Amino acid sequence: MDKQKAAEKLISIFGDMNIIGVVHSIAVEISKYIIIILFAVYTWHCFSVFLNSIESKEKIYRRQKSIMYSIHFICSLTLYLNSLDVKIIVYYVIQLAFLIFAGRAYPFVYKGMSKMILNNMLMLLTIGFIMIERLNQSYVIKQMIFAGAICFVGLFIPIIIEKFAYFDRLGFLYAIVGILMLALVFVIGREKYGAKNWIIIGGFAMQPSEFVKIVFVFFSAALFAKSTRFLNVVKVTIFAAAHVLILVAEKDLGAALIFYITYLFILYAASGNSLYLGAGIGAGVIASVAAYQIFTHVQTRVIAWRDPWSHIDTAGYQVAHSLFAIGTGGWFGMGLGEGTPKVIPVSESDFIFSAICEELGAFFGICLILVEISCFIMFINISLKMQRRFYKLTAFGLSIEYIFQVFLTIGGVTKFIPSTGVTLPLVSYGGSSIISTVILFSIIQGMYVINGNKDISRSISKNMVSPREEQYAKATDRKRKNNEVKRRRRA
Amino acid sequence: MQRLQTGREKIMKLSAGEGHETGKGRQSAVRSRFKASDDSIQGNKQILKVTYAVVIIFLCMVGYLVNFMVSDSEEIINNPYNKRRDILAEKVVRGNIYSADGKVLAKTITGDDGEDKRVYPYDNTFCHVIGRITNSMTGVEREQCYPLLTSHSNPLKKLANTFKGDKSQGDNVYTTLDANLQQIAYKALGNYKGAVVALEPDTGKILAMVSKPDYNPNTVDNDWDRLVEDEEDNSALLNRATQGLYPPGSTFKVMTAIEYILENPSSYNSYSYKCKGSDSFEGNVINCYGKEKHGELNLSKSLAKSCNASFAEIGMELNVNSFKKLCEKFMFNKQLPVKFEYKKSRFELDKKSDAGELVQTVIGQGKTMITPMQNAMIAATIANGGEMMIPYVVDHTENYAGQTVKSYDPVSNGKIIEEDVAAVIEKFMKEVINDGTGASLSTLSYKVAGKTGSAEFDSEGTSHAWFIGYAPAKNPKIAVSIVVEGAGTGSQYAVPIAKEMFRQYLGE
Repeated sequence: MDKQKAAEKLISIFGDMNIIGVVHSIAVEISKYIIIILFAVYTWHCFSVFLNSIESKEKIYRRQKSIMYSIHFICSLTLYLNSLDVKIIVYYVIQLAFLIFAGRAYPFVYKGMSKMILNNMLMLLTIGFIMIERLNQSYVIKQMIFAGAICFVGLFIPIIIEKFAYFDRLGFLYAIVGILMLALVFVIGREKYGAKNWIIIGGFAMQPSEFVKIVFVFFSAALFAKSTRFLNVVKVTIFAAAHVLILVAEKDLGAALIFYITYLFILYAASGNSLYLGAGIGAGVIASVAAYQIFTHVQTRVIAWRDPWSHIDTAGYQVAHSLFAIGTGGWFGMGLGEGTPKVIPVSESDFIFSAICEELGAFFGICLILVEISCFIMFINISLKMQRRFYKLTAFGLSIEYIFQVFLTIGGVTKFIPSTGVTLPLVSYGGSSIISTVILFSIIQGMYVINGNKDISRSISKNMVSPREEQYAKATDRKRKNNEVKRRRRA
Repeated sequence: MQRLQTGREKIMKLSAGEGHETGKGRQSAVRSRFKASDDSIQGNKQILKVTYAVVIIFLCMVGYLVNFMVSDSEEIINNPYNKRRDILAEKVVRGNIYSADGKVLAKTITGDDGEDKRVYPYDNTFCHVIGRITNSMTGVEREQCYPLLTSHSNPLKKLANTFKGDKSQGDNVYTTLDANLQQIAYKALGNYKGAVVALEPDTGKILAMVSKPDYNPNTVDNDWDRLVEDEEDNSALLNRATQGLYPPGSTFKVMTAIEYILENPSSYNSYSYKCKGSDSFEGNVINCYGKEKHGELNLSKSLAKSCNASFAEIGMELNVNSFKKLCEKFMFNKQLPVKFEYKKSRFELDKKSDAGELVQTVIGQGKTMITPMQNAMIAATIANGGEMMIPYVVDHTENYAGQTVKSYDPVSNGKIIEEDVAAVIEKFMKEVINDGTGASLSTLSYKVAGKTGSAEFDSEGTSHAWFIGYAPAKNPKIAVSIVVEGAGTGSQYAVPIAKEMFRQYLGE
């Protein structure tokens, strides 16, 4: 059947309707359910992987990948039909190339990495691309450039970690670098959305706190790995406090909280002393109350959280509109491009979760939260298996940093907690945020790979070894040795 | 999670394995060889604890979000600030609003140009209670905005409409309003400013709600500038029935009498006072209306004759704190659990208030401010044997095919006063009609219970005419609250309106 005939047939079925309009309606109406089902399956596999044997795990990872490609395709198609803009196709092809490249290059460089984490990272990036493309096309190019560049750089991270084996000896140097960078912001920084946490270098706005965040974990982990004697704890605490106080002075409350919580939990894991944790949380509560009394911008956030409706024109505006978006979207969303998420201020960064819920549905949003939890659990899994204390604490600190940021942003936009204005890692628009998060993911993966290669390399014969298998290999290795010792003794 | 646990078990097994070693030298050798693994498990316990805590917190957050979607979101998205309904309006034809007896109060007509137009067949009559959709939504249009713009029609038909680019028909809203009663009340209020509320006492259904001055919702866009400028000081946009705050005047003596009975359950019957038309209480002079001398009075007669001096005397004996508590049980100073726009009624008497304020308050002057709706709720509560029902105006919603989508049931606000107390007050309020200020209602074939009021609101002595009451007293079907601004006495201006409404609703 030639094209002419096909068109005639379509017209005979649909009458003189606008064919594009019909296809668009079908795409939007039906695709939103398909997307939700696909993402639900993806999410299920994030957890079902714990139940399955090694062989079927590979299958699961592959299936997750194909789901990711499908979601990406359907969403891009919908976006294209919304606007019939050829640029969308170009973006789609570039993004697809990026996903394929990253999906292949990472396992190649990071031998024995956790593929689940890689899948999740790419999935979150994909959701981010789609939403940013839908919200503000001019941003997506930047986002793609940053994501592409940093994922490329990320390929060298294992080498860097391996070469600089003495990362854990730098100790206070990290703190000094961190404090200097934060202080620099304090001096030459610009204010944006009420917080002075941006600097502009060569036309690029960046948030140094996003990078100091990682250095800060190195600092805490390195020093606590060495010793958790009281005097050392006091010293580290003073430097950590300096970070937090500078951030508070810059009114960057979200970052201040993240730094503080990260420091506290690293200390807890390193010392095993719940007194530190208790005292730290107590001090945190007192500090929060004090901050509430002293700073009007803290009061504003709390007021907006308690009752956004009475202050809907002022402090409560963002949160109220975020809830409107989530509520109006309902469980299945309005359909991609069918809502008005742009009404929410900064919907492409801090409030992207609301935009996702509005258009893709609350069900999708909940799956997204579960995927984030899956990421965290995989991180922790790695941290548990780390041999070197420094690596263990670093991985743990970075995991906490990551998940706490997720908690702050999703909790904030759903009015679960007061909003603090932080980004949803990998999904939100923002160069600094995306760079630092990809680095964070890469460091954890890189350390995991090195951990595997150094300490249990004897038992690793193939590249594709799951963490569980390594554990098993390690255990049998030890048992064998123990038996050997016993046998020798008997002899 | 399972992986984590197995990981931990293995770690524990490993450390147990080390414990088997004896022999000092070897043990230390082994220990040094496994130094790395010592390091590798240290801290894992803490890390796991933190992980569990994090997972639990996240599950709480998911639970919170689910709860938001299930129970809170519907009300939240109906907020007038939520502009997303404009999107819905592109896909759905806004549903109709009907009275309880099926008369169309609001409908949408699609013009030749394809533009939807909202039409209100009764023009001004329902303007406040039904509201409008332009220039900030109000009334039922606001309360039911999302249901009206939601189509619960056949999903396939909806999908077909979507494909064809047609709009689906939004759900229709059925109110509790009685169109005839509303029209009678609207006419009876005439050109006066004021408000009328009629409730069904045992359900809280709003049968009628009129506020004047009014406006025509069909032409509100064109009239908007004039309405907002409001040169005649009409506040026509304000729904006085729920948002107008008035001094309650003598209608408040019902509250004072309830409090007196509650404080003196055995002796209120023996109360007596000799009215000389005027009296002084700690230097505060209280006059009766027209300085009329009421003579020897018991509690019932005091209410029937609306004797200010006698009530001031009663007030001096009252426990101010428990009076305040009673009023707050009756929802003064409280947020009402209702869906329409309203203002809180105010009762400000407390321990610190002086005698002057006290005697003014107990006769309904002072700082007390009340909405006609609040006063209707008081009358309805007494009519309903002391149980207060939450007023509501939307009965149910239906899809275009007539299937009920959601129905709203009566909600009780609890037993405010005991039945026997309500019965005593009812007896007194019947006396107001039999032999008191509401006498013109005694010609009806059924008994009416009520209380008039003339609330002074300026120094010149002009007063708002009030009436609250219900009928038939035996088996109340309707409770009314009427205020006529600046007209004069309740018996002269408010009672006749009540009479017309009772006649319309219950017959002669």
